[in-house]
Amino acid sequence: MATIEERGAIDRPEFGAGWREFPWWLIAIIAFLILMGYLMITVEEYSRVFEFVVGRVNSPSVLPDEGFYAFIGQGISITIYTTLVAFIVAMVIGLVTGLGRISSNVLIRNIATTYVEFIRGVPTLVLIFTLAFVLVPETVNLIGLDYVLPMNTRALVALAIIYGAFLAEIFRAGIESIPTGQMEAARSVGMTYGQAMRYIILPQAIRNIMPALGNDFIAMLKDSSLVSVLAVRDITQQARLYAGSSFRFRETYLVLTFLYLTMTLVLSLILRWSERRLNQDR
Amino acid sequence: MNTAIIQVEKLHKYFGTIRAVIDVNLEIQRGEVVVIVGPSGSGKSTVLRCINHLEVPTQGAVFVDGVHLEDRATDINEVRAEVGMVFQQFNLFPHLTTLENITIAQRLVRKRSKSEAIANARQQLERVGIPEKADAYPRQLSGGQQQRVAIARALAMNPKIMLFDEPTSALDPEMIKEVLDVMLDLAREGMTMVVVTHEMGFARAAASRVVFMDDGRVVEVARPDVLFNNPKHERTKLFLSKILQH
Repeated sequence: MATIEERGAIDRPEFGAGWREFPWWLIAIIAFLILMGYLMITVEEYSRVFEFVVGRVNSPSVLPDEGFYAFIGQGISITIYTTLVAFIVAMVIGLVTGLGRISSNVLIRNIATTYVEFIRGVPTLVLIFTLAFVLVPETVNLIGLDYVLPMNTRALVALAIIYGAFLAEIFRAGIESIPTGQMEAARSVGMTYGQAMRYIILPQAIRNIMPALGNDFIAMLKDSSLVSVLAVRDITQQARLYAGSSFRFRETYLVLTFLYLTMTLVLSLILRWSERRLNQDR
Repeated sequence: MNTAIIQVEKLHKYFGTIRAVIDVNLEIQRGEVVVIVGPSGSGKSTVLRCINHLEVPTQGAVFVDGVHLEDRATDINEVRAEVGMVFQQFNLFPHLTTLENITIAQRLVRKRSKSEAIANARQQLERVGIPEKADAYPRQLSGGQQQRVAIARALAMNPKIMLFDEPTSALDPEMIKEVLDVMLDLAREGMTMVVVTHEMGFARAAASRVVFMDDGRVVEVARPDVLFNNPKHERTKLFLSKILQH
């Protein structure tokens, strides 16, 4: 039988390791979120801000006024919808451009590189203005459509085009991370370049870039706040409107911070968890 | 009409300023087992890779079964389906099971039905001696088993020719034999094979001819007993004395 002292001596290093590994940062962030939640429930001004920012009162009527959107709020719906749809479009653009970046065709490669470098060389905020006010409407005119795109759509297109360039670099890096032997083996049994890409290279590449894609999804959720400069009524724009008319800056921007932090925290926890699972069965 | 299944004519391959292959001529008949030996950097793998167009010659021509590979009108994928290749690093598809590794090209390239492809895959796994590994992933296999799956993957296409690029060089010593045994069986069955290897034992046992290359050129071509016992050229002698010493 071990004495208490002896067991303590054995246990202590393990306790120390657990203490070091414990996610204290998570506790700190959750504490902030709980505090904010408490304020929003108990303090009337905070709950009024919350209702307005997520868009449950005085909200724009771009989305149906009843049902789900109205329940979770028009503002937050716009934020989530814009992020999701723009990201899906950006994935398509990114994949095509990423493939273009490694194409052996000089023209295709240069078109893809021009696009990527153009986007990377201009600040995101400036790009949102340029795309939404210049490039998107003029492209619509150019293809002969007599149609004024709503700002929400322009904002979405702008985000997709900007993130398409970032994702293209991720896709390119992912494809280049697969050893050349894989392409050679696939080609050596008679597969075409396209078949080898689709069935051999991309499935492996996408697995490798899942963490990077997840990070960019979170980054996009945050950058979706920039569409507020186009007067798209996402949660940031709602907050600006509220703060501007009530001068309740502290309450408004703390609630806005709370909203983004909640969403990004949930996403980043999902991301960590799925990464761990991916690594387990590797 | 030339009856050779592989013809390599005046083949040159340069990588920038490096001249990897210089003026190589080679004719290989159906059913022959040709082993290419030589010091590293002598261009043997490059010649092999030109035979299924993984490398594009700088000059010269390669014909496989009468088809000119460098001709723009040639559908290279059709030719490659007839030419199996086994790599030093196995290059199995890590995201697919053994069975899927062997069936995927049959489905996509040979357009075989799923059941047909699977039946053939199992037959090939039987042939290389690891039928029980059908559902394993490559990472769960030893090096020797991986290389045998790679051979099965190539054989499943029912190729006319098999190319081997140093198939045992990445293997632990105790696994070399299991791979060489499979290759010997293939040779006995009459498969046309071109093998780049350092396994002189295999060359002696299976080769109909041995090609010795050095500095990008073919120095000497002879039957294995002649080349190993009475090499004509000084460079061949030097090379053989170095590798057969111990």
